[in-house]
Amino acid sequence: MPKYLSQLWIVALVLAVAAPWLISSYELSLLGRFLAMAILAIGLVLLWGEAGILSLGQGVFFGLGGYAIAMHMKLVSLPEGELPDFMMWSGLDALPWWWVPFANPVFALVAVVALPAIVGALFSWLVFRRRIVGTYFSLITQALALCFATLLVSKQDVTGGFNGLTDFKTLFGQDLASPGAPIALYFVTLGFVVLAFLGARWLIGSRYGILLRATRDGENRVRFLGYNTTPYKVVAFAIAAALAGLGGALFTLHAGVISPALVGVVPSIEMIVWVAVGGRYSLWGAVAGALIVNFAKDEISSALPEAWLYVLGAVFILVVTLLPRGIAGLVRDLAGRRALVATKPQEVQK
Amino acid sequence: MMDLPLLVGQVFNGFSVASLFILATLGLALSFGLMRVINMAHGEMLMLGGYLAYLTFLLVPGPLAILIALPVAFLGAAALGAVLEVTVIHRLASRPLDTLLATWGVSLILQQAARSIFGAIGVSVTAPGWLNHTISIATGPLAGLTLPATRIFIMVVAVAVLLALGLFITKSRIGLLVRAVNQDRMMAAASGIDVRRVDLVVFSLGTGIAGLAGVVLALLGPVTPSVGQSYIVPAFLVVVLGGLGSMVGTTVAALILGMVSALSQIFLDVSTSQVLVLLFVIVFLQFRPQGVIAVRSRALED
Amino acid sequence: MNAALANATPADPFILKVDGITVDFDGFKAIDNFSMTLERGQLRVLIGPNGAGKSTLCDTIIGRVRAASGHVWLNGEDITALPEFEIVRRGICRKFQTPGVLPSLTVRDNLALAARRDRRWWTGFGHAVDATERVRVDEILAAIGLEDRATTLAGLLAHGEKQWLEIGMVVATGAELLLLDEPTAGMGPNETSRTAKLIKSLLGKHAVLVIDHDMKFVEELGGKVTVMHQGKFLKQGTVEQIRNDPDVAAVYLGRSEREEA
Repeated sequence: MPKYLSQLWIVALVLAVAAPWLISSYELSLLGRFLAMAILAIGLVLLWGEAGILSLGQGVFFGLGGYAIAMHMKLVSLPEGELPDFMMWSGLDALPWWWVPFANPVFALVAVVALPAIVGALFSWLVFRRRIVGTYFSLITQALALCFATLLVSKQDVTGGFNGLTDFKTLFGQDLASPGAPIALYFVTLGFVVLAFLGARWLIGSRYGILLRATRDGENRVRFLGYNTTPYKVVAFAIAAALAGLGGALFTLHAGVISPALVGVVPSIEMIVWVAVGGRYSLWGAVAGALIVNFAKDEISSALPEAWLYVLGAVFILVVTLLPRGIAGLVRDLAGRRALVATKPQEVQK
Repeated sequence: MMDLPLLVGQVFNGFSVASLFILATLGLALSFGLMRVINMAHGEMLMLGGYLAYLTFLLVPGPLAILIALPVAFLGAAALGAVLEVTVIHRLASRPLDTLLATWGVSLILQQAARSIFGAIGVSVTAPGWLNHTISIATGPLAGLTLPATRIFIMVVAVAVLLALGLFITKSRIGLLVRAVNQDRMMAAASGIDVRRVDLVVFSLGTGIAGLAGVVLALLGPVTPSVGQSYIVPAFLVVVLGGLGSMVGTTVAALILGMVSALSQIFLDVSTSQVLVLLFVIVFLQFRPQGVIAVRSRALED
Repeated sequence: MNAALANATPADPFILKVDGITVDFDGFKAIDNFSMTLERGQLRVLIGPNGAGKSTLCDTIIGRVRAASGHVWLNGEDITALPEFEIVRRGICRKFQTPGVLPSLTVRDNLALAARRDRRWWTGFGHAVDATERVRVDEILAAIGLEDRATTLAGLLAHGEKQWLEIGMVVATGAELLLLDEPTAGMGPNETSRTAKLIKSLLGKHAVLVIDHDMKFVEELGGKVTVMHQGKFLKQGTVEQIRNDPDVAAVYLGRSEREEA
């Protein structure tokens, strides 16, 4: 890749850091929200791009992270001895046992990544150990998303039901309504994006990353080289789940709400669109994809609410059939065509 | 607490749910066995069948409208399926995961189109008089049991479709080609079978069956733009449970999941029962990862 | 025979014993009560007409296909029921019929993956490559003649190069027993004889079981030949003996004559 392109990340980072002074506070809150989603997208590059595992249930892990932090905020905003409003409306007289530990901030913070990671590891281990792969696996993850969302809606007395959890006031003693809060939150999110990006890049370049790609290309070959491929795939699934959880928690902080409508079948598959558009094999592509698709969604669905689903459907068909490596692949091809003339051929860089 | 009429009623329900699953899944399973791709817009074929039934009922009122609606829905959905196969599915051959995504895009567009044409609120079809009966048992050990005729009709349609499809696959010339391609695509292509044609026929046959399922759904409740979505995920689980390339496997899997779903609803609410169905599938696969019946093992995909 | 096998000692000259294996595919016996042995460091060529069960035998040895009855012993240990990766870790590695290289990895990464000794998953993170493994990879790159292709993606190699790379991968695992399924498929005569030399250079350190159709190649390899037919053991002997055996000729229905011509 030519030099000027590989240095673009500096520009992107400078712009991201300067954003609070460049754009309106509404736009900043959107950007923060979408950057939180980009963390999930980074996990999908590892899972879908590198390991070739298509999860149609990332919303579940996004939701687990979001609900973990939301439950904490809900509990700390209550006066001593009171229950969240929706529990009182449903006639509950005591906090369910599994809500109790979320009052502890450390537990809630750990749960944001640990809960999705554990659920993801357990679920994927059960399926991968029996060598259920490909389409079958994707269909099962979709069923998981459906179950999760319908459970959240129907167990209204303990989950807040269709409306989800909202109306948060403080986080770790900080007032969420204070003027500095959105900017602080934005930088925290940006920091996590950078961390997730660097961590994923390190993993992809490591022996583990090589093994994941090898498993994607020929799982049998890898198995017959003496590797048990199941744990590698489970780890990839758990990492992607943890990143989804982190993204979900940050999203919840930005949006001030987490609800079943954000975690079910349709949002889960929409998460795949971000990465498909940006480029499933490229970390920066996934981040860009999450931002582009979500800003486009925001623009189009507020201008022409009817049109968004047509656009989304068309984007899906076109990207998958014509541009399977997404925008990142397109950029690389365009840049590469010029670069190939100068450098020696066949030095294809992944 | 286990009263007999309730239990028998739920078993009956299980059969009718299973019949719906069969109708909704057969097409998916057929083309999955042949081409290894899942059409995520399959649910919208059900939806199309439902709307076509609605339109037929508007145009030809009368007790026999349902019998006209069935072929209309079949042909309509099969035609749309053919278009989908040629424009999208065929282009993505050997990329099964990408096919999932592209057909999901199709599904979104079809749902939105239905919303634009028919509105977001559902349209209803009034079942003809002869289907409006309910068989209720007033005396004996089963007193209180009611069996709606629509549900019996669903079972009849499912059995008829199964029989017709079975005959088609085993007896017809196209069926022979289908079995050949199913067994060994390369060999079949090498021996001069037009594999492309077989794919197209099977795929549109499958979507046509989904259209029939849509008519049946219309008898049960309103047809909405998202009606297909509520049946498609269970249908996917039936495919997973059923195993590769076997009609019998699909039918057995549909019966199992229909029963699990209906019987668990004696004790559980609908959403928990849904979770139970998923758990059941995952546990089942621990023992039989190849599904109920598999012509070939899917444990070692090459 | 079972008892004798079970009491195998380290002094046992056999690395591999296949004892009465039967493989049943829905009633079709792909392998029917087949037995054979292979000594350490020796070469064996397995031939037989199409559908004789040669590849299925390989599949059974490495655990890809499970036998309905019978046992496979490696160095005196019953490996019949072990998971595939455990069987490989015990010292068997197989080259598949169609090249099983990993296309989006470089040639060097393909070999490094195979050469890695520690295949436990929790040690799989990190970037460092063990120095002895690196040396080993360099040696193999030289042996298979792909030194100047080390950084090429394996998917971009020519067909013959892929075959060599996969043989290299199989060797790199350090397995004592190598199963090579049609290593010369799709190769020209020059490449074929290079492959024969390569395989011969492995003997002593590795026992090698080769499956092939090409009688010229089998001749070039030398070594003992086992003939399979319809899942059963048919004959065993030197290339010369097998070539002149009337039963073998009958099985091939004149095919060998045509190939000789």
